[in-house]
Amino acid sequence: FPGLTDVSISEDIPVEGEITVPVGSHSPDEDFSTLDEPVRDTIMRDLKAVGKKFVHVMYPKKSSALLRDWDLWGPLVLCVSLALMLQGGSADSRDDGGPQFAEVFVIIWFGAVVITLNSKLLGGTISFFQSLCVLGYCVLPLTVAMLVCRLVLLVGSGTISFIIRLVVVIAMFGWSTLASTAFLADSQPPNRKALVVYPIFLFYFVISWMILTFTPQ
Amino acid sequence: QGGGSAVIDMENMDDTSGSSFEDMGEMHQRMKEEEEEEVEGDAAAAEEEDGEFLGMKGLQGQLGRQVADQMWQVGKRQASRAFSLYANIDILRPYFDVEPIQVRARLLESMIPVKMINFPQKIAGELYGPLMLVFTLVAILLHGMKTSDTIIREGTLMGTAIGTCFGYWLGVSSFIYFLAYLCNAQITMVQMLSLLGYGLFGHCITLFVTYNIHFHSLFYIFWLGVGGLSTLRMVAVLVSRTVGHTQRLILCGTLAALHMLFLLYLHFAYHKVVEGILDTLEGPNMPPFQRVARDIPVVSNAVLNATAKAIALTL
Repeated sequence: FPGLTDVSISEDIPVEGEITVPVGSHSPDEDFSTLDEPVRDTIMRDLKAVGKKFVHVMYPKKSSALLRDWDLWGPLVLCVSLALMLQGGSADSRDDGGPQFAEVFVIIWFGAVVITLNSKLLGGTISFFQSLCVLGYCVLPLTVAMLVCRLVLLVGSGTISFIIRLVVVIAMFGWSTLASTAFLADSQPPNRKALVVYPIFLFYFVISWMILTFTPQ
Repeated sequence: QGGGSAVIDMENMDDTSGSSFEDMGEMHQRMKEEEEEEVEGDAAAAEEEDGEFLGMKGLQGQLGRQVADQMWQVGKRQASRAFSLYANIDILRPYFDVEPIQVRARLLESMIPVKMINFPQKIAGELYGPLMLVFTLVAILLHGMKTSDTIIREGTLMGTAIGTCFGYWLGVSSFIYFLAYLCNAQITMVQMLSLLGYGLFGHCITLFVTYNIHFHSLFYIFWLGVGGLSTLRMVAVLVSRTVGHTQRLILCGTLAALHMLFLLYLHFAYHKVVEGILDTLEGPNMPPFQRVARDIPVVSNAVLNATAKAIALTL
């Protein structure tokens, strides 16, 4: 490299400049501007995002909105409402329903974490929270099933109501599983989809079992 | 030039708080924000005067800050390195590298005892199949309590089911691995976990069938047949990897006993758990379904009749 043999700087060119790193004022302005908007706008924006995701779950198409901007508000609301509705299902008057709420909560979140880890270990390309988001949102059909079951149980609790509840729960269970596999299975290598779908099937099966065997006090 | 600079401003270090370490977090927080031009400029001007006024005290405060700052950096680096080392799930990735066809083949193989016990049999060190089988066993146990009118305390049963299955898988694997170490058997921990996990396939089938068809004689047939087959397979594999008669006997006897007894326990104890709770609540008005499970069964007309009645009742 002949051009590099002489790298000295001649004396009359002053070497000067700024040591400080100039930082452009790009993001802070836009981020901080959301502090000035009314609280109603902030809440409505989040609610609309959650609502849009609910719609995506009920009509599972191949869209990436659920994956791209994940949030855990919807799963939290669904999990809490499901756990609240499952309370009071014991015929034991000593049981104040406390452990049942915690059990449902722990099972849903622990199950979702295990499925996420499993899909990541199998070579999935989806991130941890995206997967939690999808699994949590797909509990929506089962929450609807729980609501229907409670209403049916208000009317009566014979064999016919059991059959109705069975049909509804099975249908919603199938819907949940299909919805979540529509989102999650795409992130897997194509020949391993069955390995990822099976734990999801088990997870929603356990939740459906909890819903089906619910008997009010 | 004050705003938007990444240079540490020495003038901003003040000596007002007691613990310099706690202030490090705050200081880093402030350093990350790039605005606060005029505010910092004014504060800098004010504190420069204060710093000069404080003299030696101010200088010591600044040294303390620097040391604390370095400790913070080092600690943070070490913590993030430890986290990325131990919480890295990629450690487990090789054990989940399976295809569905392989899983199916291994499930079927787990019921077929090998004939050749003279040279070591290959065990696949895979954890996906065993983990899914344990979860399936949990789901089947829960499904076994599915009678909708008589479910009580489902929350407690669920915790018990998960604890039992995982406890068995992990605990008995560790115990047999320890025995294998004592008996000089050639098996690693992951292989043992995998072997025992696939051995639960027989349990899953047996319980799935007998929780839906409540004949006790059927359970015994399945216990001996299906349970026996999967136990034989595990025993044969272990025998092929152990040398010496006494060692083989100890190892395989223990494994066979634990495996078969676990299936027996799952069938009977869970009936008893449900019954015990029901007893305290319902008293003598128990439907015949529960009474059947309580008897140590000798196949008799009474048992068959009661079971048939119970089936008719639940339909």
